[in-house]
Amino acid sequence: MSQATLRVQKISGHSGTVPGRDTQREYTVCKLVDTTTCIGCKACEVACVEWNDMPFSPTAFDNTYQTMPETRWNYWNLILFNEHEREDGSLQWLMRKHQCMHCAEPGCLEACPADGAIVQYTNGIVDFQQANCIGCGYCITGCPFNIPKFNSVTKRMYKCSLCTDRVSEGLEPACIKSCPTGCLHFGSKDDMKELAEIRAKQLRDHYGYDKAGVYDPPGVGGTGVIYVLHDATQPELYGGLPSNPSIPLAVKFWKHPLKWIGNLAMVGGLIGLFVHYLKFGPKAREESDIASKEGQ
Amino acid sequence: MTNGWVDIKNADMILVMGGNPAENHPCGFKWVIEAKRNRNAKLVVVDPRFTRTASVSDYFVQIRTGTDIAFLGGMIRYAIENGRYNKDYLINFTNAGFIVDKDFKIPEDEDGVFSGFDEQKLSYNRASWNYEGTGGKAPAAAKPGQPAPLPPLPERVNFDSTLQNPRSVFQLLRRHYSRYTPEMVERITGIPKDKYLKACDIFTSIRKDGDTKKVATMIYALGWTQHSFGTQNIRTAAMIQLLLGNVGRAGGGVNALRGHSNIQGATDMAGIFDNLPGYLRVPVPADGSFQGWMNRITPTQSKPGDWTSFNYWGNTPKFAVSLMKTLYGDAATKQNDWAYDYLPKVDRNYSWVNIWDNMYNGIVKGMFAFGMNGVMIGPNTNKNIDALKKADWLVVGEIYPDETSEFWRSPGITQDEMKSIQTTVYRLPCAGFAEKDGTFTNSARWLQWKNTALPIPPGCRSDQGIVAQIFLKTRELYQKEGGKFPDPILKLTWSYTNPNDPSLAEVLKEVNGKTLVDAEDPATKQQLKAGQQVPGFAWLKDDGTTTSGNWIYCGSYTEAGNLTMRRDSADPSGLGVHPNWGWSWPANRRVLYNRASCNGDGKPWDPARRQVWWNEATQKWVGVDVPDFKVDSKPSEHMGPFIMNPEGVGRIFAPLGAFADGPFPTFYEPVESPVDNLLYPKQSHNPVVRRYKTPEDKYGSPKDGYTVICTTYRLTEHYHYWTKNNPMNVQLVPEPFVEISEEMASEMGLRGGERVKVSSARGQYIAKAMVTKRIKAMNIDGKKTYQIGIPIHWGYRGISEDDGRTAKTPVNLLTPTVIDPNAYTPEFKGFLVKVEKA
Repeated sequence: MSQATLRVQKISGHSGTVPGRDTQREYTVCKLVDTTTCIGCKACEVACVEWNDMPFSPTAFDNTYQTMPETRWNYWNLILFNEHEREDGSLQWLMRKHQCMHCAEPGCLEACPADGAIVQYTNGIVDFQQANCIGCGYCITGCPFNIPKFNSVTKRMYKCSLCTDRVSEGLEPACIKSCPTGCLHFGSKDDMKELAEIRAKQLRDHYGYDKAGVYDPPGVGGTGVIYVLHDATQPELYGGLPSNPSIPLAVKFWKHPLKWIGNLAMVGGLIGLFVHYLKFGPKAREESDIASKEGQ
Repeated sequence: MTNGWVDIKNADMILVMGGNPAENHPCGFKWVIEAKRNRNAKLVVVDPRFTRTASVSDYFVQIRTGTDIAFLGGMIRYAIENGRYNKDYLINFTNAGFIVDKDFKIPEDEDGVFSGFDEQKLSYNRASWNYEGTGGKAPAAAKPGQPAPLPPLPERVNFDSTLQNPRSVFQLLRRHYSRYTPEMVERITGIPKDKYLKACDIFTSIRKDGDTKKVATMIYALGWTQHSFGTQNIRTAAMIQLLLGNVGRAGGGVNALRGHSNIQGATDMAGIFDNLPGYLRVPVPADGSFQGWMNRITPTQSKPGDWTSFNYWGNTPKFAVSLMKTLYGDAATKQNDWAYDYLPKVDRNYSWVNIWDNMYNGIVKGMFAFGMNGVMIGPNTNKNIDALKKADWLVVGEIYPDETSEFWRSPGITQDEMKSIQTTVYRLPCAGFAEKDGTFTNSARWLQWKNTALPIPPGCRSDQGIVAQIFLKTRELYQKEGGKFPDPILKLTWSYTNPNDPSLAEVLKEVNGKTLVDAEDPATKQQLKAGQQVPGFAWLKDDGTTTSGNWIYCGSYTEAGNLTMRRDSADPSGLGVHPNWGWSWPANRRVLYNRASCNGDGKPWDPARRQVWWNEATQKWVGVDVPDFKVDSKPSEHMGPFIMNPEGVGRIFAPLGAFADGPFPTFYEPVESPVDNLLYPKQSHNPVVRRYKTPEDKYGSPKDGYTVICTTYRLTEHYHYWTKNNPMNVQLVPEPFVEISEEMASEMGLRGGERVKVSSARGQYIAKAMVTKRIKAMNIDGKKTYQIGIPIHWGYRGISEDDGRTAKTPVNLLTPTVIDPNAYTPEFKGFLVKVEKA
């Protein structure tokens, strides 16, 4: 993957500064997914598999039009289907394009202990660098969206790359290009947010969806993938989209306070050992020990 | 389509019925989404299941499959009752005001049949289905042993502009659909009355309070065509669109979504037995001569005295002679009746289901099947397989081993049976679509040239290469051995640069046609030299000086070049016309009947979406689209916009021989139905539909235990019967399934993923159940009725099939041998089954 023109702003498991960070102003990119015009055709699923040359894997009938239950190491983009019956008895068949959300504050990157296994570029794309990945799976704990998946053969983690190779050349991601209805859009976060709000307003004003809105969760600092939902108050209906995602407390605690506590404990232990030596000297040998040894 | 794909974005209101474009035409469906996004257009979907199209609709209604005429007939009643129609358009652009023959009777008077029904022959004497008037062609003489020919249409039709005369088309229409009340519609279709009325209200709201600006489109596919009254389904839709004044308007029209990339091309080039290219009617034995043939198929004007009718089909002889000159060149002359004797005369019905029936009965001895999986297509797959067992030979041209080429080892055949099959099967490896050039004609009538993307693999051949070889060899045999009548083969033109593998560009040039002599157009003074391509069908002549393989494609390859190759996406009007992208027939017009987009004075109903209009200064029709009209005909001449009808106006009433089963669509039940016809209890089914008579032509009914209604359809993820060979598609949807409502599953104690066996009177289908909320139980006249749906894409050969993951049952084992009496399409979309756990 060509990352020549992408600049890194965050590195997982990394001590010290991030080289090159903040040396250039860049806007963040964003995918807009309008679930109200998604027809679940799966062109985006196919485009992702084909662009990334991913091998096919077996699937099985599961009483749904959904291709498989979750993303896989070789299937990064999945339409989630939900038959939702409203209170008045009418039916909605909700379809949400499910893939890495490219969070501004990525839980996976926070949780990852391997230096450089996960990076975030200045344009907001969060990318797994398999060469540095140790396959520990901590990123799974960090992710509120159940995205990273393990390949048991290569022992690495995989997910949507927001087509860094295409974006770095000025192209839109493969999924965006393939969408036949124009339900998917790509551009700067500001532009996509504006487009999303216009669409949500149209839904409220002209289509009777008075709770239509945009999903851009603040708990993870906002995301590089935003959704227009018919009902923004019930994101769970859309294939279990979490309503207020954030980095799990355990990860935050582990990476920050616990890390320092741990460091403190280690350093404190060494200091304590040294102070004890200064104060009490080396361990005194007992008369009985010498005697028992000489007695052999 | 009367309109086009991109044009859909101009609509204010869209009705999708008998079709599922989001799933089966996802790219074209983009334009429905554009209409919604940019114009706040509303989408109404009526379907037996809640489809992916319904998931983005603004109002969805579940309907019992096969009851569309009840729904639409009720909508006609609603529109008339609530004044929701364009009266000006109705009076001036349709035959609503025409007076009908006094002997004509609608079914309410005749217990479910129109006047003239012959119970013995199961057909109509349609003489009374005529206008009242004077003048017209002399009727053809009756020939001994032949049925009496139809009387002609009167030249001058009696007319009532007030639409009050009880025998006016309008009043007959009103009476005919007066019984299609919301209560009756509810009982028949299962749609609760309030929901039905809401759907009618929403769709016809474009004509509320006399609004003539807004426009609505109707989009449909095989949910309408695949019934024993399929053509009448579409007729009803066309009548509503005429009532509402939507035909000819940007964002309006009657729009068929074709199911294959080039099926429109196939029908245009007459891939059917009863047409010649350009929809010319084939000659029949009774015609007797070229002139007799022309007399029968060339219409003459029929309209109120002071109106004008262009009657463009009046030019039929020009198209027919040009076709004969293309086929036979110098061997077709005025003296030999333009080689009329060389054309086969079509003496009976050779349509699809009849071909298989004939093969089963030993009449058809062999078949060439090119990219056509007849065994899977059905209907009644077992009958087709058994028919092939009786054939002498079968040639299959395909790109992978399909079920038809392996019919001899379809599931259930024993070793002994296999050994007894005498059919010789030839398998010819053909080129795939990306390995061929040529044109595809899409639903919007756009001819778009495509280049080959990949070379044909070694050992495989192009279709035209195979056909050329067969033809050249046949001709050689006739030359050597003579025969009963060699001339039709020996005299055929075949003057391609490479006769063994003709270039399709040369074929397209031939299809366009040329002038054989120097010629000049009297209006524009444009001149052509002998041998030059003609710029359009207006240049075609009936004197043998022009050729054209298909008059409607005339203009696609002119001296300017191959216009189907053009790819200029410019759309100056913003209406999605794209006049220089590809070439659309006829004459590059993008919206048919576009003169009707203006009122009687030649002013657009909606100036914001004006397409063509009358320019007083230049005394011509001008616009952003090519006018589908005589360009210099003043509005005051009252020339009708529907130039292909002899009346010049749209047909609310379809007279005489137009349809086998009635000038007005009438509700009949599918041949296999759980209830009798509530509207016409004495005539449950289409009276002119016949049943086939071999032992395999079995028909089920509720008393045999077949109480569940079944329909068949397609998914986005698969394409007919060949993507089951493609790993990507198989990954998306790996296994066949049957969609069953939660209620029905609960009654059966069935869970999603469990195997079910679906049986009809003809065969069995086994697959996993998909238990869903998207199909609900229906209340049909007080009785709880279930519908199930089965996607068609699996057979007995494919990735999952070969892996043993399926039961290897093609779905068309279930479907009935019942066909529409006008287009001969089988009734794949509504038949009876029973469902059990497997």
